[in-house]
Amino acid sequence: MTRMQLVEELSRKLGVNHTEAETIVDAFFGAIVDALKKEDKVELRGFGSFRVKKRPARTARNPRTGESVQVPEKMIPYFKASKELKQLIEES
Amino acid sequence: MIKSDIIDAVSEKLTYNRPKAEMAVEDLLQLLKDSLKDGGRIELRGFGVFLVRPKKTGVGRNPKTGEQIPLQPGKVIKFKPSKDVLSAESAPQIIG
Repeated sequence: MTRMQLVEELSRKLGVNHTEAETIVDAFFGAIVDALKKEDKVELRGFGSFRVKKRPARTARNPRTGESVQVPEKMIPYFKASKELKQLIEES
Repeated sequence: MIKSDIIDAVSEKLTYNRPKAEMAVEDLLQLLKDSLKDGGRIELRGFGVFLVRPKKTGVGRNPKTGEQIPLQPGKVIKFKPSKDVLSAESAPQIIG
């Protein structure tokens, strides 16, 4: 499923036009991203939770040239599925 | 942040009253769940990808006792975040 398919299905389900459904989808994911940017965690009961972890700076190598590259410290988002969702997937 | 905060954000952005915003968020979550249940991959540009993968099968071991435990087949959900979804400046970064 792509973002567009999600928008279409939501628009059908809620009986709103495409643009409105698109705004809902963007508001939803935008709110999650904004919270994660503030290093806040996002908990969605029955679905799962998102949190960010810091990945420290490190020295990596360009695999093609073998050249050393300094990779800066970075915030990485993680998703953990809820028990309910895990079970739903397991049984599917 | 919890679901209720997201409902507030949706309610504000779309000038929906709360029950309407709540329904929108619940329906959206249900669509995501249904899609994952159908074995789907959900690809959201600028956010990330949810994938359903088969679980590893074979023999697992309790590292302490060496006891063998068969791994049950099944499926797991993976989330792969979009590159640089959290970097506000979104400067090109080298992924190691």
